[in-house]
Amino acid sequence: MNSSKDAIITAIKKNKPDLLPLPEHPEFPYENNLIEQFQASIKLNGGAARTGEGKMAIQSYLKENFAPDKQVLSLVEGITGNFEIKNVPDPHELEHIEVAVLEGDWGVVENAAIWLPEEKIVHRALPFIAQHLIVLLKIDRLLGNMHEAYQKINVAGPGYGVFVAGPSKTADIEQSLIIGAHGPRSMVVFLME
Amino acid sequence: MKVGLFIPCYVELFYPQVAVASLELLESAGVDVDYPLKQTCCGQPMANAGYQNYGEGAAALFRKNFSEFDYVVCPSGSCTLHAKDHIYSGEEGEPKIYELCEFLTDVLKIKELKADFPFKVGIHASCHGLRGLHLAKPSELMGPDFNKPKQLLEMVSGIELVELTRKDECCGFGGTFAVFEEAVSVSMGKDRIKDHEEHGVQVITGADMSCLMHLEGILRRDKSAVKVMHIAEILNGHLPEIQNQ
Amino acid sequence: MKATPTHAAAAENFLKDEERSHWHDDTLWHVRSKRDTSAQKIPEWEQLRTNASQVKDHVLSNMDQLLLQFEKNATENGIEVLWAKDAEEHNQHILRILEEYQVKNLVKSKSILTEECGLNHFLEDKGYDVVDTDLGERIIQFNNQVPSHIVMPAIHLKKKEIGEIFHKHLGTYEGADDPAYLTEAARQHLRQKFIQARVAITGVNFGIAETGGFVVCTNEGNADMGTHLADVHIACMGIEKLVPRAADLGVFLRLLARSATGQSITNYTSHFHRPRKGKKLYLILVDNGRTDQLGREDFRNSLKCIRCGACMNTCPIYRRSSGFSYNSTVPGPIGSILSPGMDLKKHSTLPFASTLCGSCTDVCPVKINIHEQLYKWRQVITKEGPSQPSKKWAMRFGGNVMSKPKLFDLMGNLARKSLSISPRGFVYNSFNAWGKHRELPEVPKESFKEWYRKNRKQ
Repeated sequence: MNSSKDAIITAIKKNKPDLLPLPEHPEFPYENNLIEQFQASIKLNGGAARTGEGKMAIQSYLKENFAPDKQVLSLVEGITGNFEIKNVPDPHELEHIEVAVLEGDWGVVENAAIWLPEEKIVHRALPFIAQHLIVLLKIDRLLGNMHEAYQKINVAGPGYGVFVAGPSKTADIEQSLIIGAHGPRSMVVFLME
Repeated sequence: MKVGLFIPCYVELFYPQVAVASLELLESAGVDVDYPLKQTCCGQPMANAGYQNYGEGAAALFRKNFSEFDYVVCPSGSCTLHAKDHIYSGEEGEPKIYELCEFLTDVLKIKELKADFPFKVGIHASCHGLRGLHLAKPSELMGPDFNKPKQLLEMVSGIELVELTRKDECCGFGGTFAVFEEAVSVSMGKDRIKDHEEHGVQVITGADMSCLMHLEGILRRDKSAVKVMHIAEILNGHLPEIQNQ
Repeated sequence: MKATPTHAAAAENFLKDEERSHWHDDTLWHVRSKRDTSAQKIPEWEQLRTNASQVKDHVLSNMDQLLLQFEKNATENGIEVLWAKDAEEHNQHILRILEEYQVKNLVKSKSILTEECGLNHFLEDKGYDVVDTDLGERIIQFNNQVPSHIVMPAIHLKKKEIGEIFHKHLGTYEGADDPAYLTEAARQHLRQKFIQARVAITGVNFGIAETGGFVVCTNEGNADMGTHLADVHIACMGIEKLVPRAADLGVFLRLLARSATGQSITNYTSHFHRPRKGKKLYLILVDNGRTDQLGREDFRNSLKCIRCGACMNTCPIYRRSSGFSYNSTVPGPIGSILSPGMDLKKHSTLPFASTLCGSCTDVCPVKINIHEQLYKWRQVITKEGPSQPSKKWAMRFGGNVMSKPKLFDLMGNLARKSLSISPRGFVYNSFNAWGKHRELPEVPKESFKEWYRKNRKQ
């Protein structure tokens, strides 16, 4: 294995072209209305974003849309579910989670990408294995574009982090867009003050 | 300014009227234009087929024929591009080579034409002129819109220019590709024609006779009423031979 | 061993079904159109392309240092980095890991690199059940095919055919072809596979040298469903898939999905830096001909590719011949400049499967000069590839005629005269490929030189 590494590095040294400079990171300041753009972006991605409501709205949404026998996991303070994640060491036990309520760290409005670092989701599998996803995002955590996101976020801080920009989807069957491939079937974002 | 006219080989052999129109267009704009009789071909067919070295003879002859001119003007985007890329090296003393449309818009800065063409016309955006010489903004690039052939055609009275569904898809000629990948070549040509026909085009025009020759071949085999004409012909006031209108 | 069919022969075959080939062309054009719409919303689009291109230019020129930096940082993060000089070594690494963990069930998300290495067949021959979890890949896996497109592997199949495949393999209702119904069936089927798998194999979209982490992009969430439930995550990465700094991702992630399908971003963009607590994360760096390509001055820029597939969607030949006609793991324009470097003989017809229209170069997010490289490969192939004596003779003859004005005029006259007097059957026969579906140009009464001599020359 070391010899393969050596062979590869040696070959690269021999074959690579003369050093070319690395360009600066470009900056493209974002001008548009953040909330409106976020809503438009997530709609295009198959999700939805609501605004102007408080945490009670999420609680009501849960009550209205999910039967009491379904597993509801909330990691957001002030919103109660019926599944306790504290003593769940194995993500396999999340298999029957119907809906997960999470708080996003940052949200990028050009594409509705919400940053979920590992510490905010407890188990990496949670945003994927739940049948439905609800994400709370503070409005002052909205960013214009990905350049701003990488300026603000240290993606190497957590062992794992993911930009989630909508419910899971596929168009692999004759280009018909189907929402709900292997991950969540729906994603609703509550933008809050 | 002394301008040398370079005529693509297939135009010299099969479409002399395009060369005549190109010559007359330049003459009526007051250009001192000469046509070196010892010219043949730019060498592109051999080069694109992978035999660039077999095109060297034609390239050397080209340089020899045009050494005394300030400009070389050619009614073909692909020949012009090939000359720029493979015949000339951009050194001092070399003539500046232009495709006909860009010569008219950028050097002569033509603002009006005395041509009348009361027909529905579709522009075929030949690839080498489009993407290689920047005759227009390609649909896949982002930026301000511009179109030199269209700019010239809009100076022709009575003309009705049509918007196609696929603005600048390749016609499928591609030199020896037309023969060695015949099935794809014809399929592409037929699709281009269908786009024009669906928009009611009576005459397909463009800056490259090679593309038009390929499309014309299909049109005539399928006995279509649609005609092809090189843009030089339209700008120079020629009319198509249209039987039924 | 059976000779690889030429692209032209395969394309001709594909085009025999006119309705289907039109459908294929329209479908892919539609994806190209979505890309255009998406790119138009970004006023700085062309600047992003330039920046991405320059970043990748730097990567190629500094690849050894960046790889060593990447390995060092990844190792500090707790990732075990392995090196594979070729496909065989890549496959052996994975086999060894599977044996060590005594795993028979594994899941795999989309990785063209693993296709390139023939991983599935290698493992299946040894009794492993490899489950491709990307829906398109699972479909073609059931159908015993390879992907026809690097981003949309099953784009060549109609929903009716997929319905038949699922009926056979998943027990869906016979004749059912509703995409939602079929996707639901796949969801249920694959969910069980995710729950049971102990090893998950993924590709890598971007490796970050500065942080020792890597990024995996999916819409379905299948890479994450696999890795976050498995005990072992094996990430397979081509050595060229590096970016120097995390912030470079700001540019690449804005370009990738828009170029590929017109989406602003894939729904999941997962950043892996450390293994899950108590679990194992391997990263295999693969050469398999990349260092050779790096040494080819005319062709090294092909290594900038971020596998978006935009060149395939825009290519009028790819759309009308399908990925299968290229007989290459990566098909289309980019495949046609990568694959000859790996097997010149097998892929010698690919650079000729093009009119050099240049659209591919224009859509490439990292500004690979694809059409120029196609031209250059042609020069190489006529010298080093399988010989084509009649074509070579014709070109040499043509070149000779074109270098001698008098001979050119003479041949031109002969051609015009013989065409004008020859009976139709003589001209249009099976030797005349042009004439199969096209008329030759009409013979004018005089050439331009004749006209010029009469009307202008004093």
